[in-house]
Amino acid sequence: MATNYETHEYDVLVIGAGGAGLRAAIEASAAGVKVGLICKSLLGKAHTVMAEGGMAAAMGNVDDRDNWKVHFADTMRGGQYVNNWRMAELHAKEAPARVHELEAWGAVFDRTKEGKISQRNFGGHRYPRLAHVGDRTGLELIRTLQDHGIHQGITVHMEYTIVSLLKDGDRVVGAFGYDRERGRFRVFKAKAVVVCTGGLGRAYAVTSNSWEGTGDGVSLAYHAGAELLDMEFIQFHPTGMIWPPSVKGILVTESVRGEGGVLRNKDGKRFMYDDVPENYRSQTSTDPEEGWRYTQNDKNAKRPPELLTRDHVARCINREVKAGRGSPHGGVFLDISWIKEKIPNSAEHIKRKLPSMYHQFMQLANLDITKEPMEIGPTTHYAMGGVRVNGDTQATNVPGLFAAGECAAGLHGANRLGGNSLSDLIVFGKRAGEYAAKFAKENASGAINDAQVEAAYKEAVEPFERPAGGGTEGPYQVQYDLQNMMQTNVGIVRLQNEMEFALAGIEKLKARAAKVAVQGHLEYNPGWHTAIDLKHLLTISEAITLCALERKESRGGHFREDFPDKSPEAAKYNNVVSKAADGSMKLRRETIPPMPEALKQVIEEMK
Amino acid sequence: MNKTVTFRIWRGDANGGKFVDYTTEITEGLVVLDVVHKIQAQQANDLAVRWNCKAGKCGSCSAEVNGMPKLMCMTRMDTLDITKPITIEPMRAFPSIRDLATDVSWNFRVKTKIKKFNPRKPDCEDGTWRMQQEDVDRVQEFRKCIECFLCQDVCHVLRDHHKHDEFIGPRFLVYTAALEMHPLDTEDRLAELKQSQGIGYCNITKCCTKVCPEHITITDNAIIPLKERVVDEFYDPFAWVWKKLRPKG
Repeated sequence: MATNYETHEYDVLVIGAGGAGLRAAIEASAAGVKVGLICKSLLGKAHTVMAEGGMAAAMGNVDDRDNWKVHFADTMRGGQYVNNWRMAELHAKEAPARVHELEAWGAVFDRTKEGKISQRNFGGHRYPRLAHVGDRTGLELIRTLQDHGIHQGITVHMEYTIVSLLKDGDRVVGAFGYDRERGRFRVFKAKAVVVCTGGLGRAYAVTSNSWEGTGDGVSLAYHAGAELLDMEFIQFHPTGMIWPPSVKGILVTESVRGEGGVLRNKDGKRFMYDDVPENYRSQTSTDPEEGWRYTQNDKNAKRPPELLTRDHVARCINREVKAGRGSPHGGVFLDISWIKEKIPNSAEHIKRKLPSMYHQFMQLANLDITKEPMEIGPTTHYAMGGVRVNGDTQATNVPGLFAAGECAAGLHGANRLGGNSLSDLIVFGKRAGEYAAKFAKENASGAINDAQVEAAYKEAVEPFERPAGGGTEGPYQVQYDLQNMMQTNVGIVRLQNEMEFALAGIEKLKARAAKVAVQGHLEYNPGWHTAIDLKHLLTISEAITLCALERKESRGGHFREDFPDKSPEAAKYNNVVSKAADGSMKLRRETIPPMPEALKQVIEEMK
Repeated sequence: MNKTVTFRIWRGDANGGKFVDYTTEITEGLVVLDVVHKIQAQQANDLAVRWNCKAGKCGSCSAEVNGMPKLMCMTRMDTLDITKPITIEPMRAFPSIRDLATDVSWNFRVKTKIKKFNPRKPDCEDGTWRMQQEDVDRVQEFRKCIECFLCQDVCHVLRDHHKHDEFIGPRFLVYTAALEMHPLDTEDRLAELKQSQGIGYCNITKCCTKVCPEHITITDNAIIPLKERVVDEFYDPFAWVWKKLRPKG
């Protein structure tokens, strides 16, 4: 039976048009299948543009000691060994080829003296490894994929929101959504669906994520029966802007530290020297002079402690602030201007190496970073957890459903290294596109179930049918209250009773969300869009909190004040969340499969 | 200290609209987009406005603030005179969708018509190329573009003369320049520039350069060199004679 909605039919439907989504769409269309691509915003505006530092790929252009094994070991160490080791292996092996491919598609990376792609240092990477374009690498990535992709015969649907995945039995067979411009609902029928919807930082009050980062893909997949993995691991990036208030949370790239920037408390002390974790001690300098030489590519120097992993640096900053040694607006100081002691013409050097940071602080904070230190503090940045996928194919446990990029989980374990995200997008975006196309070729179309479509439609437009007053409220207040609650209770430092409070709070917010009313009509109505995003935000917040309660230890992006140490027992499992038959969220532990001997040996060699 | 400000925001759609005044309190350090969001959350839930990164990197929140094309996220309130109402209108060179959101789809269609990047054979056996930094500096300047389309909005050929069918506008001249000056590219785009893409319409008033939030020197570094290449190709009499006389092959 035909539905009442205009229907688009594809072999592969990709939801999300950031780096992973574009790369998946390009790969699928290159395999000769018909591809539709859904963008929540305009094409080329996705949050990938905000990535600054670079993409990690062991090309060895700057230091020829680098190779996939070192990259693999770095990724596993950074992820505290709960990563999907197969993904970490594939990622380290395939990233160089994916970067070279971007060059063949027109990307213009910064160069070494020999004319090769230049690579820079970043936290947790043993050698200079990040291919980059100044501090706007994400823009270069998305624009390259966009400009290549528009000639591939992909049908692009801009400013569409997907409200539900559609199923035929166990299998995902399409999606239902509307265009934001006119509010017209559409059925997308597809043999395979790839979710590449990025992050979920909008569940928190202070975040580097844009309005789009509401965890749509994770939530859509969950409600369609997909399992979620390790949702407790949220990365709080150590350096977000904190002043003025309107920019609170906006990212300050790690490259500032990679180029020699140092962290100081209000007493001018480089506090990062006070706490270097055991497993990084042998790689970390104790002498500031040596640390500086490291940032200037001295191969024999060890890294300064500012370039330890993000989880650790964020916690150290948090500690300084809590101890009353913070900056005036509740952060610490990040100083790159001091390098004038080291290099002549440092102002020009900084502007050339960090152009958008210079620009961002000049324009938004009226501060010249070549002359003064910045004030920074941790900001919710990245979800290591997400949809559980097969490492090789990016397939979920639901037939026909694939996931890649930030909304998928596994590669980064408990903590992601800077620069491993952009390479994640292109390595696993490609794989998802490839295997989704393969699935589409091997399977006939499923049937669209009208009842499912009607139910999704009813749920989506319900907020219009609730008259204002009579116990209803607008969507924005519910969103703010959720963000503040998650920030306070399931944030950078966690405690059992606070998280239990949050879990109960989420139930209350669900009840409020069910009564949200919006005014106006379907056309380009941000209040309505916010009401729809609430369901996703509440779903992922519940999953984060549930997993965080379950993990009674501290590891990577998950730090518990009541269990401040790592537990050897907890190193053996991942948390898996899924939707029970009664609609409730259930959690189980899953033992991490044993690593092959060859990979174990690589880790031993690199210790 | 809190101050009161009035935003005079254009509300409407393709069928027309009007300015509506919203008065609200502002605190220190806000940008225009913050105030628009505050009004949206408290007084006008259905106010349509595009935005994403809020850091001047995605180019979504383009609008005209007191008549000047700007990114709302990068326009600080302390740069504006708040004793008078501040007008916020959509980009006027594009059709209205609703309120501050305009239909910029024309730009996406134009881009697909420009010949794609076509690199020379790899320089090395491993499939990679060698390029010097100084040879890519100029192209990197062009590739800073965030596609906010403010240059298109301010260009009189598009805004006042509506030559959308005959002229691709500054954004796509920059895009073409980035391809033409790419050290690896082998394609020739000069004939289209002269004909269907209408580079001759640009009379270098440099309005585009002035409004570019990425400070790309659009006119001097991209458009004028392209104009010179077109002239060399099609209007230089010596080159024309040479091309007629030179041996084929």
